[in-house]
Amino acid sequence: MMSDRVLGGVGLALAVFYAWAATIIPEPFSSDAIGPDGFPMIIALVLGLSSVYFVLKPDPEPQWPSLNRLAEIGFALLVMFGYAQVLPVLGFVFATIIITAYLTWRLGARPLTAILNGVGTSVGLFVLFELIFGLSLADGPLGF
Amino acid sequence: MDTFASLYEGFAVALTWQNLLLALLGCFLGTMMGALPGLGPANGVAILIPLAFTFGLSAIAALILLTSVYYGAMYGGRISSILLNIPGDEPAMMTCLDGYPMAQAGRAGEALALSGVASFVGAFFATWGLVFLAPLLVQIALLFGPGEYFVLYTLAFATLGGIAATNQAKSAFAAALGIGIAMIGVDTQTGVQRFTFGEVHLYDGIDFLIAIVGLFALSEVFVFLEHRGSREQGKDEAKMKIGRVTPSLSVLRYCTPAMIRSTVLGFISGVLPGAGASLGSFLAYSVEKQVSDPRSETFGKGDPRGVAAPEAGNNAASGGALVPMLALGVPGSGTTAVLLAVLLTLNIQPGPLLFQNNPDVVWGLIAALFIGNFMLLALNIPMVGLFTRVLLVPTHILMPIVAMIAFIGIYSITGSTFELTMMVLFGALGWILRKLDVPLVPIILGILLGNEMEVNLRRAMTISNGEWTTLFDSWLAIILWTIAIVGFVLPIFLGKRVKRKMKEAEEEGPLSD
Repeated sequence: MMSDRVLGGVGLALAVFYAWAATIIPEPFSSDAIGPDGFPMIIALVLGLSSVYFVLKPDPEPQWPSLNRLAEIGFALLVMFGYAQVLPVLGFVFATIIITAYLTWRLGARPLTAILNGVGTSVGLFVLFELIFGLSLADGPLGF
Repeated sequence: MDTFASLYEGFAVALTWQNLLLALLGCFLGTMMGALPGLGPANGVAILIPLAFTFGLSAIAALILLTSVYYGAMYGGRISSILLNIPGDEPAMMTCLDGYPMAQAGRAGEALALSGVASFVGAFFATWGLVFLAPLLVQIALLFGPGEYFVLYTLAFATLGGIAATNQAKSAFAAALGIGIAMIGVDTQTGVQRFTFGEVHLYDGIDFLIAIVGLFALSEVFVFLEHRGSREQGKDEAKMKIGRVTPSLSVLRYCTPAMIRSTVLGFISGVLPGAGASLGSFLAYSVEKQVSDPRSETFGKGDPRGVAAPEAGNNAASGGALVPMLALGVPGSGTTAVLLAVLLTLNIQPGPLLFQNNPDVVWGLIAALFIGNFMLLALNIPMVGLFTRVLLVPTHILMPIVAMIAFIGIYSITGSTFELTMMVLFGALGWILRKLDVPLVPIILGILLGNEMEVNLRRAMTISNGEWTTLFDSWLAIILWTIAIVGFVLPIFLGKRVKRKMKEAEEEGPLSD
């Protein structure tokens, strides 16, 4: 119940924000019948109406994971954000070893298996995509 | 005879060594992805799009590779349904009901072989259906003006939830979210910036590939993290004896009527908006049960017909789903939405003009589907043992690899940290929305079709000088509106009941024990 109400609230805020953002679209020099803001306004309306429906008639509460599972997902998310940031710094191979080992470990493997999978995945994908297929993956200080 | 001439040309396109090899590779990868629980046709194709794009394959070659993956995944879904009682992908759910009991009775090999043949029958005849129906639909589509196109897109969104949708507001919300995202960037009609707030990375809009890979593939990683441990059970059983993998002629003959009925039903539900492969296999199974076993004596206990029907049904539906996607440019399911993304990435706009301007692409693709079908039959019967071994690879090894391929794909097309961050955000959003039962497919479709929908609306309004009635003033438009409204409203009354039926079928079966 509550989750859907929250979704409705967020959706409603989003709809209002979207409609406001549509009003500040600069006026083009030559415009057509409904202009660049007409259709976005309709979309904001649909977004808003469906959000109101969630608030008024929410579905039964979904099964949220326990707090530690939620933290698990949060940490994985942080690691992925971190990966995107350090990729150009560390280079593909090292960054990928770290993230793959982390994810493997958190998905339930023993630490040694996790490190092996990290190294194997990283080197394997590097060989496959950069050396064989010639994609340019992020290069680190050592050139890989 | 025109059709046959085109098809002949298509074979000339598809029958090159490179294309045959790509088809084989695609079938192989697809079957593997379909077999692995958690990696279905939609996310399987999704993570491969950026790669196919950066490898610099020609449009037709990339298309052959990825549609082979699509067909392959539809075949592969049944493997884990039968051996593990875990559907490899959603449409393979019904195959669990009789497939797993067959496997428990020591007839796993037979079930795999039979379902392989059934998949072939479904997909093969559905491809013929595509050959004949798509050009007809193109004839109708040529009558469409911009107004009709706008209504057609509305129809696609209205019916996307399908008959089993329980909450249409959530479908509408998802569609609006997707279309809203599509609006970000430079307005193609006037050149003004919309919703970019001065952020340079947003000027070109958000690449739909980032959204698709994030929403489909990455959110799956989060789902696995959430359920760590609870999905691993049953893995040991894959080691069970498979037995003989050649179907006996008598069983095949026994199942032939079931396959024929299911192929027809599956194909129709594939073509219709809002149905798709899952409903195709569900319908095929339930109708077959009504026809062959009205007193439910054998179905659910390992009846071979209960394996053949849903497999023929879901593969026929996946062929049928290509009809509206290719002929109208409007996909009716998640996986075909991803295939639409493939086309758009390759700068091919599907729809009636595709048949006129790029017949080599269309017919080459169709020819490749025929060839792929035979390859899949060959891969799936004698070599099925190989794929069952894939199931033994633990999820914790596999999911990180999938995630990394997703990262590589997006990085290879954008080369920027910003886009990777965005993909991760979409992954998290996908997980939250899945929890809240908000469907992801309308979001994808919205991002893909949003701009096209707006362009058609504005074109229609310009032609009519801003008169909104232009959207209702042809018979075609009125028919399309009617279907859209019925398709949106009907599930409000029927959705809960259909959903309950699907759930019941599932629970009666071995899934509950």
